[in-house]
Amino acid sequence: MTVRSRAGLLFVAPALSLLAIFFLVPVVAALLLAATDFDVYTIADLRHLRLVGLDNFRRLLGDPRVHRAFANTLWFVVVAGPLSIGVSLAAALLLNATALRGRAVFRTIFFLPVVTTLVAVAVVWRYLYHPRHGLLNQLLAALGVSPIDWLGDPDWALPALVLLAVWKNFGFNMLVFVAGLQAIPDRLYEAARLDGAGWWARFRHVTVPMLAPTFLFVGVITTIGYLQLFAEPYVMTQGGPADATLSVVLLMYEEGFRWWNLGYGSALAFVLLVVIVLLSVAQLALQRRSLAIEAPAGGRP
Amino acid sequence: MRRALGAVAVHAVALAGATLTLLPLVWMVSASFMPAGEAGAVPLRLWPSTPTLEHYRALFARLDLGRHLAASAGLATATTLIALACNTLAGYAFAKLPFPGREAVFRGLLAALLVPGQVAMLPLFLLVRTLGLVDTFLGVLVPGMASVFGIFLVRQYARGIPDGILDAARVDGAGEGRVFLRVALPLCAPILITLAVFAFLGAWNDFIWPLVVLADERRYTLPVALANLVGEHVQDTELMMAGAVLTVAPVIVLFLALQRWYVAGITSGSLKE
Repeated sequence: MTVRSRAGLLFVAPALSLLAIFFLVPVVAALLLAATDFDVYTIADLRHLRLVGLDNFRRLLGDPRVHRAFANTLWFVVVAGPLSIGVSLAAALLLNATALRGRAVFRTIFFLPVVTTLVAVAVVWRYLYHPRHGLLNQLLAALGVSPIDWLGDPDWALPALVLLAVWKNFGFNMLVFVAGLQAIPDRLYEAARLDGAGWWARFRHVTVPMLAPTFLFVGVITTIGYLQLFAEPYVMTQGGPADATLSVVLLMYEEGFRWWNLGYGSALAFVLLVVIVLLSVAQLALQRRSLAIEAPAGGRP
Repeated sequence: MRRALGAVAVHAVALAGATLTLLPLVWMVSASFMPAGEAGAVPLRLWPSTPTLEHYRALFARLDLGRHLAASAGLATATTLIALACNTLAGYAFAKLPFPGREAVFRGLLAALLVPGQVAMLPLFLLVRTLGLVDTFLGVLVPGMASVFGIFLVRQYARGIPDGILDAARVDGAGEGRVFLRVALPLCAPILITLAVFAFLGAWNDFIWPLVVLADERRYTLPVALANLVGEHVQDTELMMAGAVLTVAPVIVLFLALQRWYVAGITSGSLKE
């Protein structure tokens, strides 16, 4: 072994050992734990631990709260995901507009919610959503809209969390889109303009196809992030009203750390992992196909 | 004429967007200075009638928020320093020091990016419990000490260092440790700042893990303390807003000071490869 490869192993050793002990082992253990009946009695005395095979997963299938949590979480992903990405793209196009002055200031402002502490802004939004004297309803009242019980009405609670999530997160993807937009060569736009393409045609036939790899990245990380919805419902609604905002991770948290059903909670976590991997792979495959159709060969360096 | 109209429209939309984005944060700050009860007034007040610091005083004097501020600052600083050391060493090795199995291990790490931390959380808690670290700061620290994203970030950057510079130092008789410390590390300075900002913000803003690990209220980090406070003081809007300001202000200041590097990290992490 050369000096250099020995040094290499030595250099990666601390990080890889930490990741192995505190990440890899727990992920594998989650699968094992999911096959046991680890519960509050097992915490007190390990001899109570029994292997139950796939029982936890069978129980998940028949548990209405699990169905509810997955339905809520997927609804959240399907609504908040495209909405966030749309707002991010619009903001990026705005920042990329040649006419805009004070670009850096606007970029900083749009990005600010991303760095804020989720718990703190969730507390703030709780008050903004107050049915009687919250800012949002008072603004709506000025427009003649009757008050909405944002967090108390089962029909509005999840959309209210979507609004908060879009506000909090759009700045991140905006930056990724800005970088993607700047990587598009100007000559493509010039060529399109010479062909008489208007603003929309240039957007549709140059910008969108050239941004395909960016859409893929943004789509995958946004989906993964939103599938892990937790702090918003924890702070704002505790999953209510009537489980309207119960998310998968919130249910896992309750099962695991409130009722100490670590076996059942791990099974739930594992199903979430499978959903995340499947959705990511599906998105990759889908985008790769549309990429092959839309992007002209050799279009992107 | 059309161009001028377009410019006006662009600025109108940008200003409207900026107003909507800032509104919750501005209201938070403004309400934190209002006398008790004023934030819930109908019709709405945007500015305090007589600005007061009473809520900030109450937070520090009565609710001991200084202690939580110190816990958050200490934990975030420690996480940042440890993460910097581990991820920089590993990222540099993945870029510049060929060792057996390097590419395979790196591909494994990239696949691990898909796995959300929550999946590992229940067994991780049992592990931390077995190690006797429940309700300790070390227990909070443990999962953030090394990160795949951090390693990835440093590797991407370190690949840009020309091999010739490293070899020149080696020819001069420098060992690998010295080459890293004296030659590579200074060249990596920009990405180290990026990494530090990411690590600090991540640790400061983290909620679910400190919530799980810490039991004694006196050890709570700011976000956990704040979430706990809402339970008892939900009626005290102005007090809660002051608590939110204290939680958010440090990270906003840090971001504003170092945003150049933070932004560079996001765009480099997403574009290359």
